[in-house]
Amino acid sequence: MRAARIKRPRPPRVLAADAGREFVTPEGVDLRLRLGEVSDRAAALVIDLLLMVLMLIGMSVLAAAVLWATKAEAPEIVGVIWLLGFFLLRNFYFTGFELRPGAATPGKRLMKLRVIARNGGRLTADAVFARNALRELELFLPMGFLFARGEGVDAWLVSLGCLWSLIFLLFPLFNRDRLRAGDLIAGTMVVRAPRPLLLPDLARDGAVALTELTFSEVQLDAYGIKELQVLENVLRGNDRKTIAEVARRIRTKIAWTDGAATSDRAFLAAYYAALRGRLERQMLFGRRRKDKFDKG
Amino acid sequence: MAELQLKSNRFREEREADWLRLERLLARIEGGAPSRLSSTQLLEIPVLYRQALSSLSVARSISLDQGLIDYLESLCTRAYFVVYGARTSLWERVGRFFREDWPASVRSVWRETLVAAAIGIIGVVVAMVLIGQDVDWYYSFVPKESAQGRDPTAATAYLRETLFHGVQAGKDPSDGLSALATFLFTHNAQIAIFAFALGFALCVPTAALMMFNGAMLGAFLSLFISRGLGIEAAGWLFIHGVTELFAITLAGAAGFTIGWATVFPGQMSRIDAIAAAGRRAATVMVGVVVMLFVAGLLEGFARQLIQSTPIRYAVATASAVVWGVYFYAKRPAATP
Repeated sequence: MRAARIKRPRPPRVLAADAGREFVTPEGVDLRLRLGEVSDRAAALVIDLLLMVLMLIGMSVLAAAVLWATKAEAPEIVGVIWLLGFFLLRNFYFTGFELRPGAATPGKRLMKLRVIARNGGRLTADAVFARNALRELELFLPMGFLFARGEGVDAWLVSLGCLWSLIFLLFPLFNRDRLRAGDLIAGTMVVRAPRPLLLPDLARDGAVALTELTFSEVQLDAYGIKELQVLENVLRGNDRKTIAEVARRIRTKIAWTDGAATSDRAFLAAYYAALRGRLERQMLFGRRRKDKFDKG
Repeated sequence: MAELQLKSNRFREEREADWLRLERLLARIEGGAPSRLSSTQLLEIPVLYRQALSSLSVARSISLDQGLIDYLESLCTRAYFVVYGARTSLWERVGRFFREDWPASVRSVWRETLVAAAIGIIGVVVAMVLIGQDVDWYYSFVPKESAQGRDPTAATAYLRETLFHGVQAGKDPSDGLSALATFLFTHNAQIAIFAFALGFALCVPTAALMMFNGAMLGAFLSLFISRGLGIEAAGWLFIHGVTELFAITLAGAAGFTIGWATVFPGQMSRIDAIAAAGRRAATVMVGVVVMLFVAGLLEGFARQLIQSTPIRYAVATASAVVWGVYFYAKRPAATP
């Protein structure tokens, strides 16, 4: 059958990732957290490192300005600021920011990530410290190797060191929860923390359009929940070309004849409202129609 | 059509205001201003959170509006972390750390501390024995840059000089001291954190680091003992060394804790055992950084300003007693 052939190639792994990780609150509701993507986390790290460099530069400019303004002869203070500043940034930049209520460094905040305790409890200070102390091993040690140079045996040692650091660098790629070594030690993980706005309910626009159009049962049976959600995304995206194309396809699929009278968007909104109404009614009777192939 | 408004739509309209209200309160807390909320508003949050949670489970079963479900999931998650992330104030936390958490965590790793200390002592002994047989071993234990001319070719008078007038002989001893203290502190702290992080690699690198650290100490001592300056050198070293060596030993112990949990997780699952050990060790490590700060001050200022060997010994003994009592003395049971 054609339907069966189309269904098979969809890898189940993608579905599992979409569904998120199980995270049950004490009230017994599963919040379905989404793990932070490795790419997002790498981007967050780069942003943070750039910020650290900028802060160091800013601090030295400030120190130089103060020295210049006071005409004081204290070159020592610049050294102290650099040494202490570098030390504090290297060790406490991440810890400091992750201890705040948002549990995210500026980079993570930009990438919409946050750190949580893996067991769902509260994120303690020692956990944050542990996960960031391991950066020494994962990040700064490889950096050191990168800038190290040597000849003969030393060169071999450096390359072996690089290889060894790679294990830690690539650690997040080899486990289900995308933990880096620091997360493993501290019992934490990084999840996505987007803040979606409460979007208007599309079914309301649809209801208005629906006063002029009516769909038959057969026409509404053409699609299931998955297609409804795709349609929702198309309507929210509000791209004229896509809307025209999707409207054309749906019209063909449900053999819609008197189509010329309504605009594409109004047609889709009305169809969305009608389809959702039907599927939700079915749900109330205990039947979830997964997608258009689901004949129940 | 009679039923133009969907049930899920009506459901949403009835509750929308509460969700938005919860969102506004959360935004203010996450913005770092929980103190600006009145007590009624604070008490409202858990109630609104539970409402939102129940809305989420209802929405999942009756609504097909994906935008709504995504919104509720993220709203509930944010609220969850605010409601269950019961936070104490920073000062309370700092106080608790010094009163209870730090000494308790140090006591809990006493076995690893002994092991780390033993490895360090073995390093000292090995270095002294080897250098006793062949002076050239000195150069393999002490890197050139940290020797600063203190090697077997140096004259006894010069060595004596380094013990009593700072490294840069001929300068005013208080000159450049704060820079020196800062450098020593950051350098040592970095090494300690490194020893801790290396523990994750099954203890071996940490053990090597402890051993090397001990060997360096042994090399210095044997050099000065061979010139009859042993007692003065020990005073020079231990005025800050008691604190510093203790801190580095604790860092090694913290590393061992993690390595040990990785290899022998015991009753727990490996991943839980590592997490538990990691947190315990991290508490030790925060304290180690504090200790090294103290050591850096002692090394940078006290050692350069105090030139008398008996007083140096007195400071060393005092610091040993203070740390020992602070960590290991029996204390009255904490009142709950």
